[in-house]
Amino acid sequence: MGTLFSMIFTTDFFYSILRVTTPILFASMGAVVANLAGTPNIALEGIMLITAFIGMYVSFISTSAWIGLIAAVGAGMLAAGILAFFTLYYRTNVILGGIAINSLASGGTIFFLYLVASDKGTSISLASKVLPQINIPLIQDIPVLGRIISGHNLLTYLSILSVAVVYYTIKRTPLGLRMRAVGEKQEAAESVGINVIKTKAIAIIISGALAGFGGAFMSMGYVSWFSRDMVSGRGWIAIAAEAMGRTTALGTAVTSLLFGTADAFANSVSVLGWPADLVNTIPYCATLVGLFIFSVREYRKRQQ
Amino acid sequence: MSRERSFQILRTVVSMLIATLVAFVIIILVSETPMASIKTFIIGPFTSGRYLGNIVEVAIPLTFSGLAMAVLFQTSLFNLGAEGIFFLSGAIGSLVAIWVPLPAFIHPLVAILAGAIVGAVIMFIPGVLKAKFGASELVTSLMLNNILLGVGCYILNHVMRDASVSSLVSLKFSESALLSKLIPGTKVHTGLLIVIAAVVIIYIFLYKSKWGYELRMTGINTAFAKYSGINIVKVIILAHLIAGILAGTGGVVENLGMHKRFEWTALPGYGFDGAMIATLAGNNPIGVVGAALFVAYLRIGADLVNRFSDIPTEMISILQCVIILLVSAERFLYKYKQKWIEKEAR
Repeated sequence: MGTLFSMIFTTDFFYSILRVTTPILFASMGAVVANLAGTPNIALEGIMLITAFIGMYVSFISTSAWIGLIAAVGAGMLAAGILAFFTLYYRTNVILGGIAINSLASGGTIFFLYLVASDKGTSISLASKVLPQINIPLIQDIPVLGRIISGHNLLTYLSILSVAVVYYTIKRTPLGLRMRAVGEKQEAAESVGINVIKTKAIAIIISGALAGFGGAFMSMGYVSWFSRDMVSGRGWIAIAAEAMGRTTALGTAVTSLLFGTADAFANSVSVLGWPADLVNTIPYCATLVGLFIFSVREYRKRQQ
Repeated sequence: MSRERSFQILRTVVSMLIATLVAFVIIILVSETPMASIKTFIIGPFTSGRYLGNIVEVAIPLTFSGLAMAVLFQTSLFNLGAEGIFFLSGAIGSLVAIWVPLPAFIHPLVAILAGAIVGAVIMFIPGVLKAKFGASELVTSLMLNNILLGVGCYILNHVMRDASVSSLVSLKFSESALLSKLIPGTKVHTGLLIVIAAVVIIYIFLYKSKWGYELRMTGINTAFAKYSGINIVKVIILAHLIAGILAGTGGVVENLGMHKRFEWTALPGYGFDGAMIATLAGNNPIGVVGAALFVAYLRIGADLVNRFSDIPTEMISILQCVIILLVSAERFLYKYKQKWIEKEAR
């Protein structure tokens, strides 16, 4: 057991927690914003995949990681905008809309990957760029802690910042107040003059932008290429984290970190020959149990 | 037929046409030989008995998942668990097909029964959580999908993997477990009979039985159904169990009919396809058959274009996105609908 601990709990392990949490954190913040306004966005998985592809391709065309990042975030907003247009204007069911975007992403990215790289697997043949790693002065010199906190990709730090921004927006800005009102009781919000459709559209598009950062991290930070289905369920984990975090920014950030830890843990124990397939299901099982406990408690409260 | 209803059909047809037009645009932009490719896409699937057979083969699992989703949608339940159930039931059915020694006719039936039971048991979880405690069936079913994927992968990797083959597949199913071929010259298997039976049963259940009526009333207006004495808890759990049985059956039938080993290493996508099919069919079991055949036709067309020309098959997922968005868009062509219905009223 002692050797197990020393093998797993290294500085590399704690460093990798922050690394694998980054895309989950971005997407789960997107899930918080969308769900708060009453429009569950299950297209996060697909939007991340689309933006991962766009980030890779635009950074290859423009030879600039920054332009790639901007394009990825823009593509995320565009994809979410399509979802918003159809669900709010044409009254497509938001879940079906999410399924549609996910379908577009899973096949569409492979379709375009084949057109630009003549490969249905990866984009390794294209020299796309990566976003820089940041070494934080002073902190990087602290033993142990410096090696865990410093030297991450720029987007990892941005993901932590995004929690603060989402928290502040929800709690302290008029937009956040309107979103909460619309999500809580649409008719009541409408009666006091809030433009429901506009508020929901903004919420969905913000969630798309956040997922865009997450997707950009996948192909321009986590690794330096695009490969098919590379998001592999992180969008669903984000929805799980949001459900566990009860649609609060801070709660969801904590659960995202927990799920990131579980992910990093699954990666390291698979080296030891543990069944990674089952370890990977831990976050989902935990969420299911958490939802069960929560809804039973709510049910009892209603009964009284 | 009311104008309301015929308009819904018209809108579906318009959406299908637009999706086909989108396919033309993609082909024209990408293909070196656009006219030949379009011809292959549209007419190709009808040019040989084998391709027609392919359409039916592809439509069988789509019909199962479409039926499962139609039952759920009719009850106004947004449960996407059919995705995971297809996968895990397929794996459990494969275990039976590999190791349980049974005579020919009984063997596949037992495997399918096992898959159906697994499907029902799994769907019971989100069903009870929703019916008793009001937990969102959407979130619980999405969590379940990933859990089922993990469990299924574990079974494949650690229990039934064929170590003598380099790719990740299970051991061979025993001969007696395979569903026999129905039409010579194609791969159409006896699963076709099972799926037709399922369509008829679900149709009779939904439209001719008391329980089916309760289920539809709950879907239309839960509060009203409750006041008129319908047991909502029972109805919600029942709808979940039926969907689980259908998805589980579909998962095993697809494996025993089309494959000789269990070959899925990721969620096969049938659950989400089912949501598309059910929407396209207006949640009507008979419509599900037509919708499944249409989607299967598009897929075979795209497959042929990919084989004889230069366009990746994945084009199909762009078309599916267009179909889902337009068909489920209540307000699409709304202006015309209003005018048309008002004209009748006058």
